[in-house]
Amino acid sequence: MNSPSMQPILEISGLTKRYAGGLLALDNVDLSINRGELFALLGPNGAGKTTLIGAVCGLVRPTSGTIRAFSHDLATDWRSARSRIGLVPQELATDMFEPVERAVSYSRGLFGLAPDKARIEEILRSLSLWDKRNDRIMTLSGGMKRRVLIAKALAHEPDLLFLDEPTAGVDVELRRDMWKLIGAMRERGVTIILTTHYIEEAEEMADRVGIIRKGKILMVDDKAAMVSRLGTTEAHITLAEPLAEIPAQIAMPGVHLDEERRVLSYRGGDGSGKGKAEVAELTKALIRAGIDYTGIDISESSLEDIFVDLLEQREAESVA
Amino acid sequence: MTFFNARSAWSIYKRELVRFLRTAFQSVLSPVLTTSLYFIVFGAAIGGRMPDLGGVNYAAFIIPGLLMLTLLGETTSNSSFGIYMPRFTGTIYELLSAPVGVAETLVGFVGAAMTKSLILASIILATAMLFVDYTIAHPILAILYIMLVAASFSLFGFILGIWADNFEKLGIIPMLILTPLTFLGGTFYSIEMLPDPWGKIALANPIVYLVNGLRWTFYGTSDVAIGISLGLTLGFLTICVAIIAYIFKTGWRLRD
Ligand SMILES: Nc1ncnc2c1ncn2[C@@H]1O[C@H](COP(=O)(O)OP(=O)(O)O)[C@@H](O)[C@H]1O
Ligand SMILES: [Mg+2]
Repeated sequence: MNSPSMQPILEISGLTKRYAGGLLALDNVDLSINRGELFALLGPNGAGKTTLIGAVCGLVRPTSGTIRAFSHDLATDWRSARSRIGLVPQELATDMFEPVERAVSYSRGLFGLAPDKARIEEILRSLSLWDKRNDRIMTLSGGMKRRVLIAKALAHEPDLLFLDEPTAGVDVELRRDMWKLIGAMRERGVTIILTTHYIEEAEEMADRVGIIRKGKILMVDDKAAMVSRLGTTEAHITLAEPLAEIPAQIAMPGVHLDEERRVLSYRGGDGSGKGKAEVAELTKALIRAGIDYTGIDISESSLEDIFVDLLEQREAESVA
Repeated sequence: MTFFNARSAWSIYKRELVRFLRTAFQSVLSPVLTTSLYFIVFGAAIGGRMPDLGGVNYAAFIIPGLLMLTLLGETTSNSSFGIYMPRFTGTIYELLSAPVGVAETLVGFVGAAMTKSLILASIILATAMLFVDYTIAHPILAILYIMLVAASFSLFGFILGIWADNFEKLGIIPMLILTPLTFLGGTFYSIEMLPDPWGKIALANPIVYLVNGLRWTFYGTSDVAIGISLGLTLGFLTICVAIIAYIFKTGWRLRD
């Protein structure tokens, strides 16, 4: 566990940011990112995602706390760390008059690397920008502009890449493209931290998911572990005949009858398969009790349900 | 562990020059036009009735002042826009997230400003050549002095561009302070021509020292000692560097 490769690539501890206006955007955040992983920071608008990225990338001055990247303390040793970090910002901010290739070459030079035409070509090709290399950025579509920003962020070959809402305001097709792209970067060994408020995105791509709300990290876990810990199985069994009440033979926790007494519902389990097993038990019990049914609808809760549940639960707690 | 990355500075420098050349037509035409107009009005129309000043023909006398007039205005506005626009559009994120400190940033931006000012100066001097015969007494010193002034005022513009949080503020200092002081700064007259107490009051105008410093490198004569001009310019440069170093250290108006 003590080999260097097991050291987290990024360690944030006790990070707090209070903006000049007094708003507490980050509240004592602890977060540790492993080398090579794809981490999704999931949270509603205004949760503090962009602020967190800004604090790591040098755009936001932390009020307190420490950030270490590649084992360098960013407060003192920011040069070494920043040269290995890339950032694709949320807003499409770039000099729109510049041609694509020049903009990307500039980024490489700015980060102190020698010009490398072949490398730039490779990056542009991988983002399908090569044909557009001489076009001014202003003439490109929104999706292409975002690719240019990604190319700029990759120009200095970072080991750690931040993507702030890479698919916000992008149509479904482009979003799929972007996912593929991000997957490819990750294949190359780049550690990726992306923020999103699309749960679908976190679910599709991430190894681990962190949920942030009002500047606090509510939960960080493997995506699978999170689903298994908080996930539930839901089943709806349509009965052939209405039931007056749930017979004792089939009564078990999580089973209830709807108002019209025609649908028997189950909600339980933990995402580990326990729920499915219980549903199987339930159907067997129905047969033993001689209760006929005409349909079974079964579903596992998604990250989305977990997310919504978690936020609602916290909302209730903070109101209470 | 490096403390200065020459490649980063070079990239900034190159990009700033490209940005300048993108509007080359405007950058070149505007000084040519204004200088010509000044020569027509002051050199030809009024200059004919003016005596030589300090042994220099009036039309030639105004050249260093005109050069300074354009230089101060262009350098200040160019570098204030150069840093204000990225802040305004958000593109500054890249500079802030790069392993780049105040040294690389200034070498890049100020180096570009000095290059631009030499290009501008050459254009203005060539234009002047069309209207009047003149020879420069200390050409090397003139070039160095132009670069020094360009460096100082690009730093000054840089500070303005960081301080301003809207376009109005960006324009207000050049318009309300720089332009009037430049016009009153002895471009078109020798302050010895001014009646008391105006001659003394004029000495409180810092631009007087800049114009006269440059005039000294041109003709070897001026209203104030060259040492004072040089000292004040260097002092101004130092103050600007200190302010910018402080801004970068604290992140004022750059990092939230
Ligand atoms: N420069 C700023 N000054 C003051 N408040 C800010 C600034 N930037 C963001 N905020 C506030 O901080 C909170 C977190 O914002 P942000 O990090 O952008 O959230 P997210 O990226 O999760 O949408 C929001 O309430 C936002 O209004
Ligand atoms: Mg955001």
